[in-house]
This record gives sequence, structure tokens and C-alpha cells, in this order.
Amino acid sequence: MSSRPISESRVPLLELDGVRARYGPIVALHGVSLAVEEGEIVALLGANGAGKTTTLRAVCGMVKTAGQITFSGRSIIGRSPEGVARLGIAHVPEGRGLFTELTVWDNIRMGAVVRGGQKALRENTERILGYFPWMGERRDQHAGTLSGGEQQMLALVRALVSNPKVLLLDEPSLGLAPTVTRELFSLVRRLNEEEGLTVLVVEQNAMIALDTASRAYVLEVGKVAVAGDSDELKRHEGVRKSYLGY
Amino acid sequence: MAAFLQQVVSGLASGAIFASLALALVLIYRSTDVVNFAQGEMATFATYIAWSLMDHGISYWPAFVLTLVLAFLGGATIERTLIRPVEHRPEIAIVIVTIGLLIVLNGLTGWIWGAEVKAFDSPFPNETWDVGGVVISQQDVGVLVVCLVTVAALWAFFRFTTLGLVMRAVANDQTSSRLVGVRVGWMLALGWGFAAVLGAVAGMMAAPTLFLDPTMMLVVLIYAFAAAVLGGIDSPIGAVVGGLTLGVLINLLGAYVDFVGSELRLPTALFILLVVLMIRPQGLFGHVAVRRV
Amino acid sequence: MRRIPTAVSFAAFVVIAIVVALLPRFMGEFRLSQFTFVALYFIALLGLNILTGYNGQISLGHGAFMGIGAYVSALLILGRPGLELYQLDPPGWLPLGNGMTPVFTIPLAGLVTGVIGLIIGIPALRLAGVSLALATFALAVSLPTIAKRFDQVTGGGGGLSLLLPEAPFGWDISTRHWLYYEAWVTAGIMFLIAWLMVRGRLGRAWRSIRDGEVAAASSGVNPALYKTLAFGVSSFYAGVAGALLVIEVSFVNPDTFPVSLSILLLASCVIGGLGALSGTLFGALVIEFLPVYSESPPLIDAEFSTQAPSVVFGALLIVIVFLLPGGFAGLLRQLSRWATRAAGRMTARRTTPAPASDS
Repeated sequence: MSSRPISESRVPLLELDGVRARYGPIVALHGVSLAVEEGEIVALLGANGAGKTTTLRAVCGMVKTAGQITFSGRSIIGRSPEGVARLGIAHVPEGRGLFTELTVWDNIRMGAVVRGGQKALRENTERILGYFPWMGERRDQHAGTLSGGEQQMLALVRALVSNPKVLLLDEPSLGLAPTVTRELFSLVRRLNEEEGLTVLVVEQNAMIALDTASRAYVLEVGKVAVAGDSDELKRHEGVRKSYLGY
Repeated sequence: MAAFLQQVVSGLASGAIFASLALALVLIYRSTDVVNFAQGEMATFATYIAWSLMDHGISYWPAFVLTLVLAFLGGATIERTLIRPVEHRPEIAIVIVTIGLLIVLNGLTGWIWGAEVKAFDSPFPNETWDVGGVVISQQDVGVLVVCLVTVAALWAFFRFTTLGLVMRAVANDQTSSRLVGVRVGWMLALGWGFAAVLGAVAGMMAAPTLFLDPTMMLVVLIYAFAAAVLGGIDSPIGAVVGGLTLGVLINLLGAYVDFVGSELRLPTALFILLVVLMIRPQGLFGHVAVRRV
Repeated sequence: MRRIPTAVSFAAFVVIAIVVALLPRFMGEFRLSQFTFVALYFIALLGLNILTGYNGQISLGHGAFMGIGAYVSALLILGRPGLELYQLDPPGWLPLGNGMTPVFTIPLAGLVTGVIGLIIGIPALRLAGVSLALATFALAVSLPTIAKRFDQVTGGGGGLSLLLPEAPFGWDISTRHWLYYEAWVTAGIMFLIAWLMVRGRLGRAWRSIRDGEVAAASSGVNPALYKTLAFGVSSFYAGVAGALLVIEVSFVNPDTFPVSLSILLLASCVIGGLGALSGTLFGALVIEFLPVYSESPPLIDAEFSTQAPSVVFGALLIVIVFLLPGGFAGLLRQLSRWATRAAGRMTARRTTPAPASDS
């Protein structure tokens, strides 16, 4: 089971090579290597504490990192989170990272304020809100008063309004009912199919992640343990027993 | 009754000065989580600069505006150079830095301009209006108007401009702001700049009455703290309401309650501060802080 | 935080004690008075360090507690008869005696101030961090005004004057010398008490609360108890220092303890090093000898000097936070680390290299 991307001829959009990361004295990642091609949905699976969230944080420069991280061929390691965001990597963190004191509309505006500004906001918002018809009516509601699922959708919209090249999704299903989770993932799938959105999604819910993504990596104790196509992984005995429950 | 209304009006005027400085404190607290003990000295320093400008022949309002610009730059510079490096250090470190800044500015003011008390011109005539038997000082009204206009302008900025939105977002959640690409450091510097402007306005409005000396704003700062805590240290509305309320309350208590008289005004304000901190630490309009474990 | 080895501490203590004992031979009365002040500032800083350094409660009101101690001591020394000489009419219920030998008022002033500190410590439990700093700041600012207001007890703006004390028990030394030794012996005793508290269970409890109150509570430490205790202990120290101060200058009035004193105390505690006793003496030396006050003797003209030294002091404070957060104590630790490392290298060189054996 190799961790090579499907097509070696193209430069992956996002690539990690031997990435180590630590929180103070605690080492969370012991050398993670993975790649995400343009137009793919890749899942990052693993148990609690395996290092999945840390991997996303490492990409965004939120944690002390060593190794190699390249985006469109350029090294981004050591960049600040805002610098990484300005390059076109949109990160929807665990807990959604919404501006709870601002309105729904203001949250969406914040998504476009740096990358693209007013023009992008106008062009993109209509298109993206098409996927979330109910949100238009809630413009003036305070983001903190939305339900969990609605907040997750809003976070997604805010990330998309900036026209990102890669979307990093951290545990989108956390705290959401199964129906809402399915709705969310099918939306992600649609966005990928219709808009060519590249996604790296971290998930504990391995089943729905493998149903949505084309490839996946399984992290254990800060290292990639298993990797491959979703179908392969669904049949992989270790993965089945530990993460899929059958 | 007339006397009562007079006390209320002059209380509103001093309250407006408290409110401006309190708003400065709240602005900084909301964006950088820092209580700036040096806010008063920064205001005093700015007022001295205004005095120097006028001493060199510049007339009042141009000097006023120029001082605001310089105050803005000064505040932003202080944030970038002194506060940013210690942002993530424990609270005591930041408290000490602002106290150090207080001491430095206090000394600088005396060093550059000397410790003798100076007179400071007021743009408002030293006359009164007679409104149905109530004597209202034009100075008081002028102070009230200027402070409220400044506060309103700031409010409009935050409410209606994109930059204002970004600053509100940063005050709400710094990390999320970074994740959408906001250069948070610059936004914080802007916050300090605006706070310095508010302080400068407070100082220039207070100077004609309090007379200009290096310790002019120290007492005002304490009232401003009391007002900010009363209103809620993270609530801008609270700062304004708290300031005005405190100004009126102190004036009335001083005039009508013998025990307070004129000597115990400050301790009374502080007593109010203490009581609020004890019973309702989040003040009238603030939010309860969730203790992160 | 690796501590300086006990042997070194003990040696340092002995050396300092000898220096302190011999110093009076080499100086005149004014200098002697200055060093007496160093002793009492040292005591005050020990208390503040316990509260803010070891227990993490920021106090900008330490000067106020010194003031309370000073007034208590002055009142006890004067007694009711003394106050009557001032034509003061204090309330009957106050337990003022007929006048007391100054040296006995020191522990009493400390106790009274300590109890007041305990009482204040209870509501302080509800405040943390900056709120506490603000509240104690408020206390420091209020004290002079309150002292002026209750002038029947405090002598109002004029304050209370004492007669210059004589050495007790008929000892034949000059007053200045007596006061010097009185202050330093007290300082020595207070230091030993602090040292024992800080090294023992109290110190461990205080530190664990500072480093994480919730964690401390879950390991069985009662934060409310120890935090209140810290307030009481530090106020006791401040009270003792205040008493020594009023005995030294024979005078106290509301301007003796302005808020700038509290600020200065906290700043000097930081310069000495928070959370470590080794730098506290340095902090006391800083307060006394850094010319932050103008030429007149300190505390009489008690606003911050509006001269360059003030700027230097403030800048020094900021520089310390940036570069040397452990203060002087941190510097000492660093030096001791270098010293041990250098010593280790020297002994390694002296040993003849033996063939590699099990290690």
C-alpha cells in the first residue's frame, strides 16, 4: 500500500514530505508525507490524538513545524497563517472558527475581504449561496445563534467565497446529527464535481469520509500508517476493524 | 431643581471625558486583551504636544487635528514595538510593560516640558447660557459635544467600513481572522492608534479645567477604569454609558451627600468599581468571561 | 526553575549578614539611614513577592498596606494620651493603649495589617489577573484620601509625629545605629520565615495555584485558603515594613504612601525577580538608590520625579520584561548555571581519561 499519488507526472497541488510538528515539548507528528492533487478529495483518517488536526495546522503554520510542505511547487513551511490563507488555502478549523459576534453576512464578507474583495464577493456569493439557499434569508442573524449544522455550512461558505485553491476541512461532522453530516458531505462532493474544488478533509467518521473522498491516508501516532484509494481502504482489514467497525 | 440640573450637566461633561478614556481602554482590551495602565499618560503626552503646537502659533482646531494624527501614529507604534513582543506572555509581563510605559511617559513629559502647571486654551467661550433658570456652561456643552462626536465617528467607522468590520472580527477571534488572511498585527496596531486618539481628545477636553501638568490624567484614568469596569470592560457601549453615568453620579453624590463631599469623590468612584467587580464582574453590558481550563 | 544549591544560599546569607553587621563602621548617619530603608523595603518586597511572585496575584496596593502598618504603629506608640496632645478625639472603642515602646509595635502592626489583608483577600478571590490589579490599584489610590477624611484617628493631612526613639533597655548606642540594627534583624528574621514558608508546603501550594488553579484544586490544594493566606502573609510583611518606616522617620501622613509607592514596589519586585527570594535584596537596593525621586529624601516628596531618572527606570522595567524576565534572580540563576558548568569542565579535565568502562 504505497502513499504515492495516482498520477506521478503532475506536481501535486499540496504536498507534505516528512513533516514533523510539536506543541512545545510534545511531538505530535513524526514525519507525515502525503499529497493532494488538484481536483481531488482526499481524506485524512485516524483516531483521536493521531495527529490529523495537527497536520492541517502544520500546513497553515499554526504549529512549530519541520520538514517540507509545498503548495503548487512553492515551499510554504514557516509562513504565518494569514500568509498561507492569502495564497489560497482555506482552512475551516475544528469548531468552525466563525465570528460569533458578527452576522451571517458579515462572516461571509470576511471570507472575501482579503482575497478578492468586493468584486469577488459579489460574483462568488450568488453562485455559492446557490448551494445554500436558506442562508440568504438569515443574513442579519448573529452567527453565534445558528445551529451546529448551519454554522458548519456558514464556515464552508465563508471559505469558498475567497475562491480558494485548496479547502482544508477539519472534522466537519463533529457535533452534527448524521443527516446533517450526510448533507454536508454531499455538498462537498457537489462542489468538487461542479466547481473542481480540491479538498483535504480530516474526519473521525471514516465511513462517510471514504464514501466522499477518492483517496485517503490513515494516521496513527503521528505517522501515515496506511494509504490508498478509498475502495482499497474500505476492504483493508486493519482499517475495517479499527475505523469502520466490521 | 435648577441646581440639580446644573450638576447633571456638568456631570455629563466630566462623564464625557471619562467615557472617551474608558472607550480607549475598552478598545484596547477588546482587541489585544491588555489593560493599558499607560492610557492616561499617553493622553497627557498628546495634550502636551497640542500645547506645544499652539505655543508655536498654530491655532486651536488645526493643532487639535494634528495632535490626533500624531496620537494615532504614536499609539500604533507603541503597540508594534512594545506590546506585540509580549502579547503571548503571562498577564503580569504585559501589566509591567504598560506600567513601565506609564513611568517612562510621565518622566518624559516632565523632562521635556517641565513640571510646572501650564494653562491650556479652550476653544469654547467661558460663558454660560441661561435655559429656563438653569445655568449651563458653554464649556461643558462643548466638551460633551466634542467627545460624543468623536465616539460617534468611531462607531460609524466600525459599523460601516470594511476596515472597521475587519477590526471587529479581529476583536472577536484573532485566530479565525488569520485563517481568512487578515494581518492581525496591523489591525491591533490600528486599535491602539484609535485608542490613543480617544485619549488625546479626552486630554485636550480636560486640560482647560484641570490645568496641564504631567500627572493631569492620572486621576481621570482611575475614573475611566471605574467607568469601563462599570459598563463592562469588553463593551464599548458600556464604556460610554458607564462614563456618563459615573460622571453624573459622582457629581450628584459630591454635591448632595455630605459624607462624600469633595474629598471622597475618588474613593467613592473606586468603591463603586470594587462593588461592581465583586457583584457583577462583567459590568452592566459586558459578557461573562468563560474560564478556559 | 533550577534553584541555587542550599549550600550556596547559606553561604550567601552568612556573607550578607556579616556585611550588614559591619557596614555601619564605614558610613555616616545619612547613609546609615538609607540602608535602614533598604532593610524595610526588603521586608515589604518579600511580602509582595510571596503574593505576586509565588502565588501569582498581582497587587498594585502593597504601599497601602505599608501605610496601614505605619499608622497602626504610630497610633500604638502615641497611645491615647499622645493623640490627645494633638487634640485628636479618636473613637472610644479603638484599643489604643497608653503608649508603647516602638519595637513592640512592629509585630502588632504586622498582625493588624495581616488580618486586614486576610479580610481583603476574601473578596479578592473573586478577582483575577488584571481585575485584581485594578482593585488593589484602587485601594492604593484611596488610602491617602481616606486617611485625610478620618482625621480624628489619623491626624488628617498633618499626620502624626513621633518622638525620636531611643535604644531600649538602656543600651548605649546612637539612635541611628539602633534603628539600623532593629530594621536589619527584623529583616533577617522575616527573610528566614519567608524562606521556610516558600520551601515548604505553603510555597508548593502557592506555586501550584499560580501555575494552574484548576489543576492545583484537583490535586487537593484548596485555592481559596492559600490565596487568602497569601494576602494575609504579604500584608503582614507590608505592615511590619510600614511600622519600621514610621519608626525610622518618626512621622507619617497621607502623602507618605501615594500610589506611586505601590507601583514602585511592584516594579522593583519584578526587577529583583518574581518568584525567587534571591533577587529581592537587589530590588530593595534599587528602590532606595535609583534616584527616581528628586533630591529630597524619598517618600517625603513622593511623586515620581519628573526627570530623566524616571525615564530610565521605566525603560529598565520594560527591558527587563523583554530580555531578563526572571529579573536579577534570573541573572543569578544563569550565573550559577555557568559556574557549575565551568566547574564541571574543570574537574573533567583534571581526571585522567580512563578507558571507557560501564557508565
